[in-house]
Amino acid sequence: MFAAGIFEPFEYQFFNNGLLVATIAGALCGLLGVFVVLRGMSYIGHGLSHAVFGGAAASAVMSINYFIGAGIWGIVSGIVIGRIARRRLIGADAAIGVVTTASFALGLALLNRYGQAKKSIEAVLFGSVLGVETMDIVAVSAVAILTVVVIFAFYRHFLFATFDPEVAQTSGVRVAVIEALLMGMLSLTILVTMRVIGTLLISALLVIPASVARMTTNSFARMLWISPIVGAFSAATGMYLSYHLDTSASATIILVGTVLFIGIYVFTGLRGQSRIAHLHHV
Amino acid sequence: MTAEVLVECAHITCAYDSTVAVHDAHVTIYRQDFLGIVGPSGSGKTTLLKAILGAVTPVEGHVTKKPGLRMGYVPQVESVDWNFPVTVLEVVAMTRTAGRLFPRITSDEREAALHVLNRLGLGGLENRHIRELSGGQQQRVFVARALFHRPELLVLDEPTSGVDVRTRHEVLHLLADLHEEGMSIVLTTHDLNGLAAHLPRVVCMNTHVIADGSPIDVLNSDVLEQTYGAPMEVLVHGGMPVVLEQGNSEVVRRLGGLA
Repeated sequence: MFAAGIFEPFEYQFFNNGLLVATIAGALCGLLGVFVVLRGMSYIGHGLSHAVFGGAAASAVMSINYFIGAGIWGIVSGIVIGRIARRRLIGADAAIGVVTTASFALGLALLNRYGQAKKSIEAVLFGSVLGVETMDIVAVSAVAILTVVVIFAFYRHFLFATFDPEVAQTSGVRVAVIEALLMGMLSLTILVTMRVIGTLLISALLVIPASVARMTTNSFARMLWISPIVGAFSAATGMYLSYHLDTSASATIILVGTVLFIGIYVFTGLRGQSRIAHLHHV
Repeated sequence: MTAEVLVECAHITCAYDSTVAVHDAHVTIYRQDFLGIVGPSGSGKTTLLKAILGAVTPVEGHVTKKPGLRMGYVPQVESVDWNFPVTVLEVVAMTRTAGRLFPRITSDEREAALHVLNRLGLGGLENRHIRELSGGQQQRVFVARALFHRPELLVLDEPTSGVDVRTRHEVLHLLADLHEEGMSIVLTTHDLNGLAAHLPRVVCMNTHVIADGSPIDVLNSDVLEQTYGAPMEVLVHGGMPVVLEQGNSEVVRRLGGLA
């Protein structure tokens, strides 16, 4: 009977779909989170998720396919945000804050005015495993494969452009292209994972696994392995616990990640703490 | 016979938005040059270097480079993220990234990187994290990265800024060795006595070029006052200029020292 309880959630297709999408999403966010954390871009991840929310709401109201409407909105927002951040304009963070929160507010207003307000807003803000469809599984898998291929192929370009963009540029690396690729992948990731994780908590999934990975290793290459594993583990465990605890899946995923973070922070002691002490915005 | 021109900055003006950083600067870099650019903070030294490197495009004038010129750039150590998870070997291999796919550092690259590291006295440190090195070793890792690109012109931004006396000596000896081996070098520095006075050629600038020549010709009271906007006294010791800031003696007297 106890064993039956353990395996009970797996009897439901919606749970299996949600678990699969969440696990891939966790790994994907973990992988891209390495760049987000090392480049001090966590505010960009936060801002992008809010910007994509506007696109999601607009596409819902205008009856445009979610992936097309929010996708175009998200990629454009990502590239614009990336360019603002790269140019280090005065008050870039403020400009990004205004752009993304305006997009978020527009989304809220549109859903309030034209959508099935409460249900839609909650689903997008906090995610919903119940809403996971086959298309979500296909989309998140496709983005994950694309991201892995791009990062593997251009690994050294990403490493150089992340560590020292100025010298990378003078050494022939097309830093603007690499940054556009990164922002594009980040936008796509937020787009395909937002329906499960939700707008409000997705930036945590970008930051926590990578921070855990940073505490455990001094190697960029190993971070790119450890962080997705931590993200996938947090997502799968969080999904499973949320079923039994009857809590929000996304919130439970983030809480599992947070417990891991605290555990590793304590376990690695001063060595781990000093490694993340200099990370920006963690 | 005139030495080959590697880079010519022809009356260039560089600006960030509406702020002019370099105004009408004309500097020519020749093969075998060992040139130091001096000037106060905000005088446009780093911008001039970036214009030479092609990282900044002049709004007026133009930079002409010898076709196919390979340049190696060593940034200020203070601008490096020492906490970044990267090993010495990975840093050195970075400058051969362009055009290469996949993560693997090939055996040829590894061998070439180890050769450069050995040459700079960093043998055996290739798998160390960059933060685990001493100040001198850290500076040399970035010189190694620049050399790994097999440059004809080595460009260094404040190579002795923020380093201790021992590291400064290490860096100076390393650069002197490289220059003797035929490397052309351009650097910026605030260090007039410890570095600039030892170089064959010095450019003094404060947005525009004020003087260009040998230290004994250039580092004089008039030029330095124009450059730094403060009176400076220059003594000649052993054929080399020694720059003293006027007013220091007054400060020492007020603080109760021996002056």
